[in-house]
Amino acid sequence: MIQRSLFHPANRAKLLPYVTTPLLVALIILIWHSYVTLSGVSPFILPSPQSVWTAWIAMLYDPRAWNHTLMTVYATLTGFAWALVVGVGLGVLIGRFRWLEQTLNPFIVATQVVPKVAFVPLFVVWFGFGLTAKVIVAAVLAFFPILTNTVLGVKSVDAGHRDVATSLNATSWQRFRRLELPSSLPYILTGMEVGIVLAIIGAIVGEYLGGTQGLGYMMIARMNAFATNELFAVIIHMTLLGFIFYFSIGILRRILIPWHQSTQR
Amino acid sequence: MIETAAPRARAIESQAGGGAPHKGAIRMEALEKWYGTRDPRVHALAPTDLNIPEGELLVLLGPSGCGKTTLLRMIGGLIEPTSGDLLVEGRPLWRDGVRQNEVLSELGMVFQEANLFPWLTIEDNVALPLELKGMPKAERRAAAAKLLKMVGISGFEKRWPRELSGGMRQRAAIARALSYDPHILLMDEPFGALDAMTRDQMNLELQRIWSETGKTVVLVTHSISEAVFLADRIVLLSPRPGKIDTILNVDLPRPRTAETQATPAFQDYVRDLHHRLAAIS
Ligand SMILES: Nc1ncnc2c1ncn2[C@@H]1O[C@H](COP(=O)(O)OP(=O)(O)OP(=O)(O)O)[C@@H](O)[C@H]1O
Ligand SMILES: [Mg+2]
Repeated sequence: MIQRSLFHPANRAKLLPYVTTPLLVALIILIWHSYVTLSGVSPFILPSPQSVWTAWIAMLYDPRAWNHTLMTVYATLTGFAWALVVGVGLGVLIGRFRWLEQTLNPFIVATQVVPKVAFVPLFVVWFGFGLTAKVIVAAVLAFFPILTNTVLGVKSVDAGHRDVATSLNATSWQRFRRLELPSSLPYILTGMEVGIVLAIIGAIVGEYLGGTQGLGYMMIARMNAFATNELFAVIIHMTLLGFIFYFSIGILRRILIPWHQSTQR
Repeated sequence: MIETAAPRARAIESQAGGGAPHKGAIRMEALEKWYGTRDPRVHALAPTDLNIPEGELLVLLGPSGCGKTTLLRMIGGLIEPTSGDLLVEGRPLWRDGVRQNEVLSELGMVFQEANLFPWLTIEDNVALPLELKGMPKAERRAAAAKLLKMVGISGFEKRWPRELSGGMRQRAAIARALSYDPHILLMDEPFGALDAMTRDQMNLELQRIWSETGKTVVLVTHSISEAVFLADRIVLLSPRPGKIDTILNVDLPRPRTAETQATPAFQDYVRDLHHRLAAIS
């Protein structure tokens, strides 16, 4: 490969976010700080950046906070794993068999349009205040983007590639393992990127409504205690968690589909 | 330009391992294809009889839409004939609407697009048929190396398909079709997407591979000079519905080279075919 200067035009675009992102974050914090100082708004409404920062650092040293984090992570990942297995499995079948798609389509559309969060109280009624309800909410939310992307992926399998599999007399399982799965992986990963974020939302919303564990519960507790700066700290904490999950899928993308355009630099 | 009674059987190399009486032979009787089930059905191929003996390089030529691909895909087991008989090595390819898979394993397909799987390296693409048949990895790798050498792209084993030129990809696709050593190679405009120079080169290579392996080759093309250059026999199809118009034996000495194309005999064949093609399209 040709070595280029760091400031070569081709590299400038790549480096740009590394410069602009910290600058923009700094700007936002500066505006926030100035507003709090100048307007004298109550810290119960909008705490200062410094107090949020201190609250977050304190949170990092608090083992109970880590316990809550772990609960949320557990509910998110377990729910996501279920969504992945069922979503990809069902998605492949629907993508393969037209009759199955036609049979299930009305239900899939219906479940797509219904606001799924509205079912959360029902899940709490059915599965109680424990982890199960949270796992299920996370799974239900993450399921649909994974399913629809998998279906799209299987349907987008190149006709020429299918001809190759047919002329090589591939078995049904070989067709799935050697053709449909790898060919749909870029789509499935896109579904996973959306799904993982929805899974966190699902877990947290589940925690809002029931139980005494998880970051969602922690938020409600801090809100009720009027500790707005700590509430902000939890939000930052959750945002970072979201980033970590999202980027993990990005890393997975690089590992699983190095051949795909989306991975090329 | 009339079918000679006995198509010559080529006696390339001893028939090592191939004891079947019809090895590499294809036979069609009243083979017909209609597309669609509802009313404006398309009559893609009128009942067609054709015998392809072992080791022949047969070229299907004809105007667009005359049913060349249809015929080739039927032979390759990708679409089912509407009626008629299709025997590969003496055995029917279809029986009561079920494809006979032992027969299929004697057929290798090369398409207009290379159709390599982008998620497999060149080596894995070429060895894919072997993998599907359960050959262990080390053996597959050795086989792929040999095949890539045969088609002239050694050294690209670990590359992704996207890293190869169109011609190289098509070579890999040919290697894939040869990997399980089918007796018959079916090619649908395999070089149609290549530039003229690469195409000429690929034709030379194909002739070499064909004479080295002694396989039966059925090749579809739009190009008259490609047809004359490669063929033992050219089957000219006419459209609507597709049917055999003319069968032409090409008696030019082999191996054919760039010089062959400059000979009057070659150009006579090309001119005759031009006239005939103009008359039917
Ligand atoms: N899947 C299909 N469904 C309906 N009609 C089809 C289908 N495939 C081909 N046909 C029709 O059958 C006829 C023959 O098509 P075919 O693809 O075999 O022609 P071809 O000789 O290969 O043409 P070309 O040289 O353009 O590739 C055409 O009229 C085409 O429209
Ligand atoms: Mg065609």
